[in-house]
Amino acid sequence: MQRILKAAIAALWFMLLTLPVLGIKLNVAAKSVIWRFDRILALGAGIFVLALIWDWCFTRKAAGIKIVTLPAGFNLAEIIEAFRNRRGLRLGGLALLAVVLLGMPMVSSFYQTNIMISALLYVMLALGLNIVVGLAGQLVLGYVAFYAIGAYTYGLLNQYFGLGFWACLPIGGFLTVLFGLGLGFPVLRLRGDYLAIVTLGFGEIVRLTLQNWNSVTGGPRGVSDIPRPGFFGMSMDITASTTYIYYLVLAAVIITIVVITRLKNSRVGLALQALREDEIACEAMGVDITRVKLSAFALGSCWAGFAGVIFAAKTTYINPSSFTFMESAMILSMVVLGGMGSIAGVVIAALILILAPEYLRAFSDYRMLLFGAIMVIMMLFRPQGLISGERRRYRIGALHGAEGGRS
Amino acid sequence: MNPVLEVKDLSQDFGGLRALNELSLTVNQGEIVALIGPNGAGKTTFFNCVTGIYTPTEGQMFLHDAKGEKQLLNGKKPHIITAMGMARTFQNIRLFNEMTVLENVMIGRHCRTKAGIFGAIVRDARTRKEEQDCIDRSYELLELVKLQEFWNETANNLPYGAQRRLEIARAMATEPRMLLLDEPAAGMNPQETNELKELVCHIRDHQQLSILLIEHDMGMVMSLSDRIYVMEYGSCIATGTPAEIRTNPRVIKAYLGESDA
Amino acid sequence: MDIQFFIELFFGGLTRGSIYALIALGYTLVYGIIGLINFAHGEVYMLGAFTALLIAGALGVYGLPAGGILIVAALAAIVWCSAYGYTLEKVAYKPLRGAPRLSPLISAIGMSIFLQNYVLLAQTSDFVPFPNLLPEMDFLEHIDYVMGASDFLILMVSTIAMVLLSVFIRYTRMGKAMRATAQNRKMALLLGINADRIISLTFIVGSSLAALGGVLIASHMGQVNFGIGFLAGLKAFTAAVLGGIGSIPGAMVGGLVLGLAESFTTGYFSGNYEDMLAFGILILILIFRPDGILGKATVQKV
Repeated sequence: MQRILKAAIAALWFMLLTLPVLGIKLNVAAKSVIWRFDRILALGAGIFVLALIWDWCFTRKAAGIKIVTLPAGFNLAEIIEAFRNRRGLRLGGLALLAVVLLGMPMVSSFYQTNIMISALLYVMLALGLNIVVGLAGQLVLGYVAFYAIGAYTYGLLNQYFGLGFWACLPIGGFLTVLFGLGLGFPVLRLRGDYLAIVTLGFGEIVRLTLQNWNSVTGGPRGVSDIPRPGFFGMSMDITASTTYIYYLVLAAVIITIVVITRLKNSRVGLALQALREDEIACEAMGVDITRVKLSAFALGSCWAGFAGVIFAAKTTYINPSSFTFMESAMILSMVVLGGMGSIAGVVIAALILILAPEYLRAFSDYRMLLFGAIMVIMMLFRPQGLISGERRRYRIGALHGAEGGRS
Repeated sequence: MNPVLEVKDLSQDFGGLRALNELSLTVNQGEIVALIGPNGAGKTTFFNCVTGIYTPTEGQMFLHDAKGEKQLLNGKKPHIITAMGMARTFQNIRLFNEMTVLENVMIGRHCRTKAGIFGAIVRDARTRKEEQDCIDRSYELLELVKLQEFWNETANNLPYGAQRRLEIARAMATEPRMLLLDEPAAGMNPQETNELKELVCHIRDHQQLSILLIEHDMGMVMSLSDRIYVMEYGSCIATGTPAEIRTNPRVIKAYLGESDA
Repeated sequence: MDIQFFIELFFGGLTRGSIYALIALGYTLVYGIIGLINFAHGEVYMLGAFTALLIAGALGVYGLPAGGILIVAALAAIVWCSAYGYTLEKVAYKPLRGAPRLSPLISAIGMSIFLQNYVLLAQTSDFVPFPNLLPEMDFLEHIDYVMGASDFLILMVSTIAMVLLSVFIRYTRMGKAMRATAQNRKMALLLGINADRIISLTFIVGSSLAALGGVLIASHMGQVNFGIGFLAGLKAFTAAVLGGIGSIPGAMVGGLVLGLAESFTTGYFSGNYEDMLAFGILILILIFRPDGILGKATVQKV
């Protein structure tokens, strides 16, 4: 009963709160006012239900009970663990995934393939950001700047010097790493929030420079007629070219996953994670935190550079408006949703966040609204993300080759 | 007597406050030296200066390496000092909370291993061997502090006493010649304190270490240390063996109050 | 040198600097008390502008005098934005008080995105015109090349607001409680101060100032848009940091300095890079003097 009263009060509060913005629609031409009480009432009802759920979630959280328990026998953690432990299951799962991913372009339309390419590019971006934010704990808000640098490297080098895709791919990565180091160096001593704001500023400065430096970057018009990647000099029509790019991106993502997994499970990865946990203790234990931080920035940014080059090749036309803060925020929310540091989690989160709006067309208007809400809700109820608590496996000689895993 | 850590006239100012006042201190090879004093005397500040976290206003600090050569510590960054052979634990435990017990110790091995980004990606034989080595040596250190059964446990799940021992294992992983322990027995019950005493002695005897420890537990200090320095308001007011310190009137007045142990 | 141009730029700079100062105060108050950068604060400013617009529009239909509408609209904006600020804190920040620093920051970013899109969906993505509700100010006739009615209003209102705030903080019981809680929350709690209430009050005060800024800018620019909060918020944050985050006089000084800097840069160099100036200043300050103009350098204890 108490709960219902609280929910009712919450509903009333929000109805009053949103009265002007939600309830009033001005018709400027006719100088009239339309009162949209229907929206207010709908909101009230929605908040009432939501408040009940919210309250329930908080009570469970305070009591330490998991909020969402999936139906019996369907424990996500157990499933993942099963995959990790049983070789047969793992190979079978990977085989299935391979079939689906490789066969996709054959059975889907041109439009759907394009969407998958987009999704896979975001997977690359999220994985790259995951190194800096998830593993090393450096909150970077301007990540899309590196994406832009990669894309414009290809676009401009092609426009001015005629360099092709394959030449620009490594150059784009290299240049992005330079910028990554350039950003990392001055921010070495900055704490969490300040670091975030400075990187945000960096992202905006890059975008504004691209937008205003008309003579070099084309300003708001951007760069167009960027050639698609060639396949031994063959010329392809747009469908074949798109399929080709799809396989290219798929290969890139696979390479990204392999390389980043290896980095994470190495001496470098351990140092990054220690940096995230406690910088001062880390330095006291003999880790050169300057070097590790710069490595994080360099390693994280290069993937965005590669993805940027591919993006430019895919869309053949780039302009600064593709590289706004909203993009950075979206990529960040993929890392947050997936679980900081978890590679599988981030991949899944990126795919969900990009593909879901495509298949839930009804909600596409509300996409950004949901993004914001998801970020808040995740922080409140599951800050560790979708997948967390992953353990690296160790073989310890003294235990005669016993293996680690989830405990 | 071969000195390992030599500090001369160390002073540290924070704005107008003089936290350390011309402090001189020496730790010789194989000694256990205690640094005692009331809260706020500057003991942890001293540790922070010597390990490079603070830059001292005046004074010089030297660490003698294995060959007996004097190395100046002033102005060097903490990780360099650790690589030179001096490791520490913290007054308020600073473990890597979300990492496992084994991984915490493995971080200590960072300055003694070399594999970089290239090695991590390529995973050649040398990198793999170095990694396995690191894992095995870290496990050995866990056996030393009797935490081996928790090797895969998250660090912040450990009970308090075990966390303190883990910090020691982590510091040991850096292969130090000089170990600084900041209140290792804080919050421990008598049995845990005894075990800690045994551990410290064992480490000193078998690992060729010299130890400087900050401690408030007088029983532990008196029975464990070879020499003691007493601090008050940033200055050293007395130094000597436990027997001498116990009867030093200035010390009694400033700190011990009722005679203890 | 063209003195008239200089004076124009100067007063223009003061005008926009005053707006920045009003918003910056909100950032600095919140940061001072809970150590959080309220990323969504710019959105509160935007909500102030929109609320004033909508209320003014609604009232205009019923034929009230223009000056009166402006005052009512401004009050409405203040009331509603205080409520938004209060709700924001309770929903997105309070539950995360004990969490690691990353969590409330991400939550704040999420709320910022949420609020922007909320207004976008509830209203429109276009620039909506704001009616001219200012009374004729004949006494400004002689200097109208330098200061129009809305400039004058902005300078007057913001000065009064800042004075009132300073008095409030220094002399009232609530103000003292706010200062105490900002310096040492545990101690304040032990002394019987209800920290939750004080924190809510801080958000309310900050949001009111931002709302006021929103109304003034809407009146000045003649239009509002759901996106004005983002850029203004970042610039105001720059101003707060420039003056020394956590310092109230710092926010005021920082705001004015930034406003003047932008004005002169646009006037004497180019308008294209105006936005970049703020970001550039922000980065330089955070790297070289993170405590700002009026702040004190702090040492981190281990």
